[in-house]
Amino acid sequence: MKYIVKAVIGQGSCGIASGSKKTAAILEAVGIPVEPTGCIGNCYLEPIVDFHFADGSSTRLVKFDEEAAKKVLSGEPLANYIISEEDERYLSGQKRIVLRNAGVINPEDISAYGDYSALRNAVTHRSEEIIQTLKTSGLRGRGGAGFPTWFKWDAAAKAVGDTKYVVCNADEGDPGAFMDRSVLEGDPHSVLEGMAICGFTIGASEGIIYVRAEYPLAIKRLEIAIGQALEKGYLGENIFNTAFSFKIRIKAGAGAFVCGEETALIASLEGERGMPRLKPPFPAQKGYWQQPTNINNVETFANIPWIFNNGGDKFEAIGYEKSKGTKVFALAGKIRRGGLAEVPMGVSLRDIIYGIGGGIKDGKQFKAVQLGGPSGGCVPEELLDTPVDYESINQTGAIVGSGGMIVMDETTCMVDMARYFLDFTRNESCGKCNYCRIGTKRMLEILERITEGKGEPSDIELLHELADKVKEGSLCGLGQTAPNPVLTTLRYFGNEYYDHIFEKKCTAHSCKALIHYDINENCIGCGACKRNCPVEAISGERKVRHVLDKEKCIKCGKCIESCKFNAVVKI
Amino acid sequence: MNIELEKLDKLLDKYADAPGSLITVLQNAQEIYGWLSEGTIEHISGRTGIKAAKIYGVATFYTQFRLKPIGKHLIMLCKGTACHVNGADDIAAAASEHLSVADNETTADGLFTLNYVACLGCCSLAPVMMIRSDGGEETYGSLTNAKVRQILDDIRAKEAAAE
Repeated sequence: MKYIVKAVIGQGSCGIASGSKKTAAILEAVGIPVEPTGCIGNCYLEPIVDFHFADGSSTRLVKFDEEAAKKVLSGEPLANYIISEEDERYLSGQKRIVLRNAGVINPEDISAYGDYSALRNAVTHRSEEIIQTLKTSGLRGRGGAGFPTWFKWDAAAKAVGDTKYVVCNADEGDPGAFMDRSVLEGDPHSVLEGMAICGFTIGASEGIIYVRAEYPLAIKRLEIAIGQALEKGYLGENIFNTAFSFKIRIKAGAGAFVCGEETALIASLEGERGMPRLKPPFPAQKGYWQQPTNINNVETFANIPWIFNNGGDKFEAIGYEKSKGTKVFALAGKIRRGGLAEVPMGVSLRDIIYGIGGGIKDGKQFKAVQLGGPSGGCVPEELLDTPVDYESINQTGAIVGSGGMIVMDETTCMVDMARYFLDFTRNESCGKCNYCRIGTKRMLEILERITEGKGEPSDIELLHELADKVKEGSLCGLGQTAPNPVLTTLRYFGNEYYDHIFEKKCTAHSCKALIHYDINENCIGCGACKRNCPVEAISGERKVRHVLDKEKCIKCGKCIESCKFNAVVKI
Repeated sequence: MNIELEKLDKLLDKYADAPGSLITVLQNAQEIYGWLSEGTIEHISGRTGIKAAKIYGVATFYTQFRLKPIGKHLIMLCKGTACHVNGADDIAAAASEHLSVADNETTADGLFTLNYVACLGCCSLAPVMMIRSDGGEETYGSLTNAKVRQILDDIRAKEAAAE
């Protein structure tokens, strides 16, 4: 083996969860210097380790867990773990701006990030010039709504107030989205620099990052990054010997999805229940402590330094129609290669799911892709050639949202998906608006009834009616978009609702009330299912095909789990 | 004076007069005690002048705050979308059955509290759970029912050996 100078190990949350720290410990024990990096993006290959050799070359190893490391150290060829060409294409097929440093640099070392050159440059310009560059770039908010970023900055810059604030919304609440976590864990300085540029532009001297308490590693890396930036003088008093001073502090959220909404987030920052209020006044006029406040999402801020280092026109050249630049998507669900994929806006859903994600895993059939979390919708196969830009995705009834992309196959029941999301929004509704509070609850009850086989023909119409009223009668985005998962599944998968209501059938074999278990001819009579059945519903002599009593069966699934012959099936 | 209360008082010395810091105070208090008791809320109310009812209102609004004591190991079982389509409900049922507790309940021996959470952000490893103990957090991915039972048994065995 060539002489290893150092091993760079992916230590985002996914990497650590896959055991990358144990791999690191094994390598360190034999004297190989180990350096952490953030999320590399190919989450499905974690732990990922880059060996750097004395001759300057390097090799990427995948699924390199504790066992693998031990085996290699005792002589197994490294080649068994080297990343395949196909897996390398996962990254080479992307265009990385937001994730330019994630998985490349050591996030705990400011010198690996750079010298805040974009901020250094920005402080020599006038506020209007910076806003003009941002306008040229065409950057729109990456948190969900896609509002032009320059417009918000301009409004906050022009607003009059004693103190102004910059807030970074890192309350990544959409289940299924984890790009903000990866940026914070892998490249915290890009966010800090983006916030500082914003502070200079709008005339703020204080920045606050509102980050989910569920992201302890992100908080830790941000704390380290803020400390280092202060030490270097990139944050703090008289930055780059100008009159501009800017400090940043972290505020941990306490777990409320609605706090992703600007005004609710502000209420939470002030120590209150996170309930939204009527706009206007917008936060740009009256935000945190009634002062002008600009709020952007993590991914939006991470784009800012790139734009000022490379020019607004360079950013504008990437993307599609009214959606410029790139967007990071979190690929998960029934996909072969799950992880983060950053692509130019306008690439088709098909290119992302099949080109980068490798299609559906376990040889199953694609059914739908869920975009935009609880505010979004399920897009069917016939619309897979839709380009991912804000307008085109909106037309499908889904939204780009924060970029969660959950892929579903034939085993996912679309009525159950709608039920799942309604359960989520009903739970997270702050309770201020009647339709959001009670309407989502009533919609959930109807969906529960349908999935339990007790649906009635009038339920479809009732769902439509309630959906319209919840949309109209809610103050904030949570309620206004809560019906989207129901409306899109009704639109594209109406046949599944029909099957549940009229045929009392769940074709995905997912709704427990509508399926039953049986034992087929594959059964060799080993007795494993019989032993594991908690209600003695299975009977049969050894070596003879067993029989399952449907009356006794509680559909717990233990028989399926214990059967090695695929003999227990759901019908 | 109660030693435990002393810790809370130190915290309140720092934050009692800082506007908007109620959530931070509650987070830190929960860090100290593991949960928020009526006594803790009363004490915070007395020092900050914020009405106990309001503190209760804030504490019940956010999922992070617990008004009941928790077990030694807090199991945060993910019910996010990616986990849901990969069978989180079955995993949850397996964990619940294995420990004989429902969501938000603590085992009789005080060892485990089961908590279903919205999303842990490790979607590519779905289904996932995170277990928070004294030693920090550990995330477990690509769960199966059998794997969940094994993980819980291992922790239990470790605890028994430590006694």
